Amino acid sequence: MRYIEEFRDPKAAEGLLAAITRVVDEIGATAEKPVHIMEICGGHTHAIFRYGLDRLTPPGVEFIHGPGCPVCVLPMSRVDECVELAERPEVIFTTFGDAMRVPGTKKSLMQAKAEGADIRMVYSPLDALELARRNPDREVVFFGLGFETTTPSTALSIQQAAREGLRNFTVFCNHITVRAPIKALLDDPHMVLDGFVGPGHVSMVIGTTPYDFIAEDYGKPIVVAGFEPLDLLQSVLMVLEQIRDERAEVENQYARVVPKHGNPVSLAAIKDVYEKRPSFEWRGLGEIDESGLRIRPAYAAFDAEEKFGIGYAAGPRVVFEPEGCACGEVMTGRIKPTGCPQYGKGCTPEMPLGALMVSSEGACAAYWQYGGLRGLEAAE
Amino acid sequence: MCLGIPGQIVAITDEGRQMAMADISGVKREVNVAPVADGPLEGLVGSYALIHVGFAMALINEAEAARTLEALQGLGEAQETLEAMEDGVRALEEQS
Repeated sequence: MRYIEEFRDPKAAEGLLAAITRVVDEIGATAEKPVHIMEICGGHTHAIFRYGLDRLTPPGVEFIHGPGCPVCVLPMSRVDECVELAERPEVIFTTFGDAMRVPGTKKSLMQAKAEGADIRMVYSPLDALELARRNPDREVVFFGLGFETTTPSTALSIQQAAREGLRNFTVFCNHITVRAPIKALLDDPHMVLDGFVGPGHVSMVIGTTPYDFIAEDYGKPIVVAGFEPLDLLQSVLMVLEQIRDERAEVENQYARVVPKHGNPVSLAAIKDVYEKRPSFEWRGLGEIDESGLRIRPAYAAFDAEEKFGIGYAAGPRVVFEPEGCACGEVMTGRIKPTGCPQYGKGCTPEMPLGALMVSSEGACAAYWQYGGLRGLEAAE
Repeated sequence: MCLGIPGQIVAITDEGRQMAMADISGVKREVNVAPVADGPLEGLVGSYALIHVGFAMALINEAEAARTLEALQGLGEAQETLEAMEDGVRALEEQS
């Protein structure tokens, strides 16, 4: 129990863990026949490892780490396109720092920057807007990346650029939705999931109703969770109670932040600026129907794909994956990170081969940071 | 990138663009308050919000702000966000 002292309220954590153990016993789950719970959000994956929740919970609970880390599901071909854009002499390419080290087939954005491309890490698309205002003779491209937590920020920025009549600001839109990959995972016959811990901050934007299909069509429980360790433990308990009681409902453990119908201003901005692509490529998961967003024709002037003839605007693309990289199997829960032949050998956080090793929200990086030695020992 | 950070809105800086100054862990940063605007923007001054990549996405109370910040610090995410904000400032200063 070396972690429990770090909890804000260790006594509450102990109580929740005791309740979890009791419900796991009532279900009859064991290490051999565990209950599989997927935490969708990469922030939750990080918190689970940071606080050792996978070790504190009984062996009858197995966490499957979901696809909710935007840089982890970024295909190499997308990184290549970023590099291609960034290397154009007229372009100032702006991106969240998280994307800098994701490997492309030839290089990462970090390497392209070292070679002289004008690439700038920013905190917000608002920084990119300001760069466009200050550099009217340059083309400022913002790499729009992420789930519904970041989608409103680029939608609102594009609306602002349109109001100002900025002609040198575009977004390279790679926004994805959280609903589509969950559905794809549930449709995968290899997948054995018993319930979900739903993302907190994504749900703050979209609300909880988009998850209704998980309960109604697939009969699986989902509990939207905050990301404090106590929130996570309570949410896991709520999922387990649903499984024990043979209920399948959408519950909201994080109601203090997540409204049922989300944030109306953000949802309206998303709807105004973006539309669904017929399909979008996910690293390790392949093409998923209606899982990505593109900029509507009304805002084509702010669409880097249209302006530079790149990405989906340039036609179908070839999928590259590095040799021996098992990110896809890890992401669908078929193997643990330590089951990948490259883990800790050809792929480390210092020299990542696969995207799951790049971000602290990726399952492999989390394993390495908080349990790398344990994992390697277990594998040997 | 997907986790917000709590900040206190301390002043409205640009009514038209719906921009406000926020105090995020002691660092001042201009943020967009459109997602939480409901009436005159002045009414937001003093409120706490969860701020995602420069946009105030939800109003929270002070206790929730403190709890969330503590959780983010535990994950090292608060530090990462503050560094990203510094990157943003640097990006604007860089000479092209």
